[in-house]
Amino acid sequence: MLTKRIIPCLDVRAGKVTKGVKFKGNVDIGDPVEFARLYYEEGCDELVFYDITASNERRDIMIEVVRAVAEAVFIPFSVGGGLRTLEDMRRVLLAGAEKVSVDSGAVRNPAIISEGARAFGSQCIVLSMQAQRVAPSARIPSGWEIFIDGARTPTGLDAVEWARRGEGLGAGELCVNSIDQDGARSGYDLPLTRTISEAVAIPVIASGGGGSAQHIYDVCTQGKADAAIVASIIHRRDTTIPELKRDLAARGLPVRMNW
Amino acid sequence: MPESAPQVAVIDYGMGNLFSVRNACRRVGLDATVTSDPAVAAASGALILPGVGAFGDGMQALRDLGMTRVILDAAESGKPILGICLGAQLLMTESEEFGRFKGLGLLRGPVRRFQGPQEEGRPLKIPHVCWSPIRHPDAMQAAPWRGTLLDSVAEGEYMYFVHSYVLMPEDRAMVLSFSRYGQVEFCSSLRAGSIYACQFHPERSGPPGLTVYANLRRLLLERGRNER
Repeated sequence: MLTKRIIPCLDVRAGKVTKGVKFKGNVDIGDPVEFARLYYEEGCDELVFYDITASNERRDIMIEVVRAVAEAVFIPFSVGGGLRTLEDMRRVLLAGAEKVSVDSGAVRNPAIISEGARAFGSQCIVLSMQAQRVAPSARIPSGWEIFIDGARTPTGLDAVEWARRGEGLGAGELCVNSIDQDGARSGYDLPLTRTISEAVAIPVIASGGGGSAQHIYDVCTQGKADAAIVASIIHRRDTTIPELKRDLAARGLPVRMNW
Repeated sequence: MPESAPQVAVIDYGMGNLFSVRNACRRVGLDATVTSDPAVAAASGALILPGVGAFGDGMQALRDLGMTRVILDAAESGKPILGICLGAQLLMTESEEFGRFKGLGLLRGPVRRFQGPQEEGRPLKIPHVCWSPIRHPDAMQAAPWRGTLLDSVAEGEYMYFVHSYVLMPEDRAMVLSFSRYGQVEFCSSLRAGSIYACQFHPERSGPPGLTVYANLRRLLLERGRNER
């Protein structure tokens, strides 16, 4: 089994890390560069930043954050949120991000995936998706529908079909977020993650619901995920990256332990 | 410059983002300049050739900038050269990526596409994008990395890789480390004198990766002292 990655996710609003539950009620909890440095020193494998700044004019703050993070941490990190054009992607990559992540922008304009892959390489294009359980129907046969705009707007897209389409367009990785599990810390959505993982050949990052090492172990084994996003459990210091990794290694999951 | 900050040129030939390399250099006390000017590169104490992308495009870009001569001269004079990822591959003799292209030829051997890496019977995805351990070559000596850019990196340490093609040095004695992707064992770094090639990205590999840059700094300081 290839090494499973543990990826802290930081939601950033106007230059501050925030944490919300089920996409509502975000509160600022600190400086993204400080968080990044701490998790880097603790040995996380990668970092994810989502810019959830509402207004466009304040997006330059995020570029400054990316630049400062790139000077502080020496591991891959991806940046998403509000990226709509190749130029948006280029700015983030030039500021020092290794990957860009597209979500609502890709639903509205799927060509951004293929254009990004062609311009910067598939390995740096992550397709992030918000999936919610719905009654299976002719339109949504898998029973998971894609939502956009902070999980507020249904799209009528089937999550499995969208995942396959994203892969076909050249996404190098999928980040699958379960709206049902988001912020609940009761475990990742195993059937969702497994269904998507089995439908594509590119790596799948599980997101939403991670509350313990057991949850990460489950989603990387039963859920067939290649990586797991962690957020509130480490932001609140309920546990730490080294603690999680020691626990996972003791369970026999291959993780990078060495420092 | 004080002795503590030796100068290195990070060659910018339009292939990928070089700021992570520059940031890593600065972190360990190297005075790094990102440049596409052959004169600036020629005047620096060491060359770093990074890069992401296709081999043929990379060679063409180096030629268009007039940078190949600078790199070959640097090799001749014993100036340290560190190639990273595509930059490592360009130091080799040739590649078959999208055709057949001649490389800089400083390290003898071709660059070839990964041959069918698999795991539990399933083909593995190419490119290889992963943290993978680097291992000693089947070395006779006890500490094969001592005195090299991998000095004090622990065997089995993880480094970060993003690549579809692998370095195939003719002379196994050049191999500094091996890594695996599925069942495929490949050369993940090599060395010939003061020329180093890393398939992995030390600037994205955390503290063990920064050690590579710190070793480059030490190497340059030693060279500086010897020349005085």
